[in-house]
Amino acid sequence: MAQGVLISNPSAVPAQPHARDHNRPHPIARNSGRALEMDWVDEIRINLSAAERRVASLPGRRTVKKDAQAAWLLKAITCIDLTTLNGDDTTERVKRLCAKARAPIRSDLLEALGFAGRGLHTGAICVYHRFVATAVEALEGYDIPVAAVSTGFPAGLVPHDLKLKEIEASVRDGAHEIDIVITREHVLTGDWRALYAEVRDFRAACGDAHLKTILATGDLKTLRNVAKASMVCMMAGADFIKTSTGKEGVNATLPVTLAMLRMIRVYEERTGFKIGFKPAGGISTAKDVLNYQFLMKEELGRDWLEPDLFRVGASSLLADIERQLEHHVTGRYSAFNRHPVG
Amino acid sequence: MSIAHYYETMDYGPAPEADGEARAWLKRHEATFGHFIAGKFAAPASGKHLTTIEPATGKTLARIAQGIAADVEAAVGAARSAQSSWAKLGGHGRARHLYALARMLQRHARLFAVLEAIDNGKPIRETRDLDVPLAARHFLYHAGWAQLQEREFVDHVPVGVVGQIIPWNFPLLMLAWKIAPALATGNTVVLKPAEFTSLTALLFAELAAEAGLPPGVLNVVTGDGATGALLVENPGVDKIAFTGSTEVGRLIRQSTAGSGKSLTLELGGKSPFIVFDDADLDGAVEGVVDAIWFNQGQVCCAGSRLLLQEGIAETFRKRLIRRMETLRVGPPLDKAIDMGAVVAPVQLERIKALVETGVKEGAEKYQAPGPIPAEGCFYPPTLLWNVHPSSTVAIEEIFGPVLVAMTFRTPDEAVMLANNTRYGLAASVWSETIGLALDIAPKLQAGVVWVNATNLFDASVGFGGYRESGFGREGGREGLYEYLKPKAWSGRKARAKVPPPSPAAPADGAGFGTPSIDRTAKLFVGGKQVRPDGNYSRAVLSPKGRQLGEAGEGNRKDIRNAVAAARSAEGWARATTHNRAQILYYLAENLSARGDEFAKRIGDMTGVSPAKARAEVEASIERLFSYGAWADKYEGTIHAPPLRGVALAMHEPIGVVGVACPDEAPLLGFISLVAPLIAMGNRVVAVPSERHPLAATDFYQVLETSDVPSGVVNIVTGERDVLAKVLAEHDDVDALWVFGSQEASTAAERLSVGNLKRTLVDHGLALDWYDRAASEGPILLRHAVQVKNIWIPYGD
Repeated sequence: MAQGVLISNPSAVPAQPHARDHNRPHPIARNSGRALEMDWVDEIRINLSAAERRVASLPGRRTVKKDAQAAWLLKAITCIDLTTLNGDDTTERVKRLCAKARAPIRSDLLEALGFAGRGLHTGAICVYHRFVATAVEALEGYDIPVAAVSTGFPAGLVPHDLKLKEIEASVRDGAHEIDIVITREHVLTGDWRALYAEVRDFRAACGDAHLKTILATGDLKTLRNVAKASMVCMMAGADFIKTSTGKEGVNATLPVTLAMLRMIRVYEERTGFKIGFKPAGGISTAKDVLNYQFLMKEELGRDWLEPDLFRVGASSLLADIERQLEHHVTGRYSAFNRHPVG
Repeated sequence: MSIAHYYETMDYGPAPEADGEARAWLKRHEATFGHFIAGKFAAPASGKHLTTIEPATGKTLARIAQGIAADVEAAVGAARSAQSSWAKLGGHGRARHLYALARMLQRHARLFAVLEAIDNGKPIRETRDLDVPLAARHFLYHAGWAQLQEREFVDHVPVGVVGQIIPWNFPLLMLAWKIAPALATGNTVVLKPAEFTSLTALLFAELAAEAGLPPGVLNVVTGDGATGALLVENPGVDKIAFTGSTEVGRLIRQSTAGSGKSLTLELGGKSPFIVFDDADLDGAVEGVVDAIWFNQGQVCCAGSRLLLQEGIAETFRKRLIRRMETLRVGPPLDKAIDMGAVVAPVQLERIKALVETGVKEGAEKYQAPGPIPAEGCFYPPTLLWNVHPSSTVAIEEIFGPVLVAMTFRTPDEAVMLANNTRYGLAASVWSETIGLALDIAPKLQAGVVWVNATNLFDASVGFGGYRESGFGREGGREGLYEYLKPKAWSGRKARAKVPPPSPAAPADGAGFGTPSIDRTAKLFVGGKQVRPDGNYSRAVLSPKGRQLGEAGEGNRKDIRNAVAAARSAEGWARATTHNRAQILYYLAENLSARGDEFAKRIGDMTGVSPAKARAEVEASIERLFSYGAWADKYEGTIHAPPLRGVALAMHEPIGVVGVACPDEAPLLGFISLVAPLIAMGNRVVAVPSERHPLAATDFYQVLETSDVPSGVVNIVTGERDVLAKVLAEHDDVDALWVFGSQEASTAAERLSVGNLKRTLVDHGLALDWYDRAASEGPILLRHAVQVKNIWIPYGD
């Protein structure tokens, strides 16, 4: 059931890194950060039951079917930070992942969906520092940024100066994005000044690389903590706020997402800066990612469905999306082994 | 639309729910329905049908029978002949049937959901995720009560045949709320669904019969308001349960007055949605969406009056308007919409007219900017800003997706504005400060209060109104009593009429001996002995006609003054239960100290033997002790609905209660009625026995010496039935108990409609005041309180 307007662009050679591949009229102005405003933290109120009710009813209020669903899933692919963060990662493993990032969907399916020649690729590759150079090399010529997890990921308890050195080293190796972890103790003890100072330093160390701050929301436990930490990180200059390392007991959830998105909205109202959001961990099905997309669109708007403001940290999500897209094309249920692994 | 198009726009696209099964069901019936009587469809006696339309398209959907007297008679007859067998089946047998109905609803959930969405216009999301599952929950929950009935309600029997009239906003859910408790407790039912939305009731009746519900247990008669009126007036009906407009509720109250039918009314509302400056504002904005843009705002408990603390009003307005931008209105069967169609063109016109009035009176109008289908009954989510309490739209129930907003400065002012309405159905309070939220909730005149939430419902939690939002509860243990009657009252006989004594010739007097000192019985109002406004007196005679004294002839103005005094004694409602208990014991102590005097007075007035007179005094003392005991023990309950949180079913006083006392047992009758009321925190305006008032007027001296605050008990002597009528017509009297005569009972019910006060009347049937089972404890305490359910979801 291939249909639709075939937008052919056979000469599409991917552009420079950092160029954006969707038709946004204005590029996103980068968050400059601002002085720590304690009032913005102290005033935060968030009610868990009310937040849960909002996210519980949303899948009943919004859904996409047929062509719209295929389009949303294709868009989701462009927002995936295809990730490998394991102790047994090797250079070859990372190269294989990069290959998948460049060609996330079987070409016959892309053809059938009318997306051949678009150069559709994932949002980024996300690896440990050790593999940044490998990934940068493997992705040369493609508009696929490499993200490095950093600052003593995942616990974030190495000395502060080593954290800064780790960021600098990754940037030197060509990382475009740095996914840092915050010191959870600062949040759990309410030491917002310390959190602000830490993230401010990380931002400075990033230079032109984008800063994604991982809050490790599963460790922070309460939505209040999550919301306050979000606000402090944005004031300290975060380009993205991110839920989890994928290593905490609880990773991305919709209520946590809602709390963080609301903070992004408030921050934009006050400063004009649009901050990106990245849920990570546990988002493994097409249905899951659609719910996150609905929440992004409903809470923040259309802009936040594109990879410069929305990323999903995931390793197995892509495989499920591939199956769903094949089902859309053929009308038959698909199997994992029909799609090349990353 | 192509994939590429959606990829660029990231629009949602259509997501229609299939309606094949529902259409096939309609087709099977050739889209024409009879009534459902005695287990099968029956052609209407009139041969006439009404047309029901599909609100989303305006197209004809089906033809339903127009019920006339013969149909109602047949249905009531079927219910009557099934009732005793149904009751005799026993709790476990009925539990099996209710369980089967719950399972039947679950098995056919999607068919019900789709049919309901088509017929009513509400989104499939709501019918699928709320109406149908909650309806099934009601049957399952009440199957449990049937199972437990013989243990838990041992002192009660079913009311009998119940007529139930339900509205069009939640057709299937209201059916479940009505019939599940009625059937569970051994009643049989004649249900009259709303003429706009009868189809799911007919489907339910059909499938219930297939599921084995015996014929006659549930009967459905369709038709318009005239059919409903026939059901209300049918003498074979023992009780009417109605959900709908306050206007129709009044007519039903009038029409059933004096018939002995029991009545519950679940009526309109203009419920406040209060947001304090320490609330989760974004959470509260979502709450507003759930409050007023749920079911197109056609919800009796919709949070339709937004009260914002001044400091956050502007922020809230901006966030709310921003939220409105993403609301989607569309066909009910689309799975990606927030709001569907309004039920009928007449309703749409009413909404439009009221919004126009609001704007004319100065409101700023904001409407959701999203597209609205061109055909069908659609109206956009609407906010009216800058509305004042005096605006029409702040007073009238709009019953549509229209929110009116105003501001307050302090918690006190929030409470004052929230309560500044004739209604009292529900309220929503938003604050992250537990002390504030839990302080405000009890101060709101509403049967349901949601803390940091809105429109939460469950079968285990009673739902129902204060004030002109009606009376009675649906759900929870409190709701079961609406379908039961006390065994102890079933053997009551009509009170024998005792002709008044003719005045005997005056006695010679004491001659030139030292006379006893004159003692003038006065009225007792606001803690003071006062002369009657008219300054007339009436003679009090012994059975032999001897004049025992003179009592004040109270009139309208005395009642007015007494009600005002009772109203201003509001502090009594907030007094601790320990304090109230102590005062009741103290009353007993002081009455005991003057026992001989009271016994003599009773003997003189009624002619009973000294032993019997003494027994009445002792029984009165004991009764005061009982209510001293109950004062801090007739507690509410904590419900455990399926959420992380609790619902507190609080027993709250009703307010100012008028009491007309019978002639028999002039002291014990008076104490038996006044004591439970004041034990629960009500303030009373009592009209004592007309013939033997002096025991009550003697009693004010006991009140004066027992620390009873001024205005808590007021006594107005005079012509009882005349004064009872004045109380019935007084719109600041919240409840009225009339014991004494059928005429006064009928008048009390008929005249109570002004403010829909709760009435408890004896229809002239005499109670044995010495029989504790019939005249003491929960049997009366239940009428001395109203249950407020405070929902408190929690978590951090």
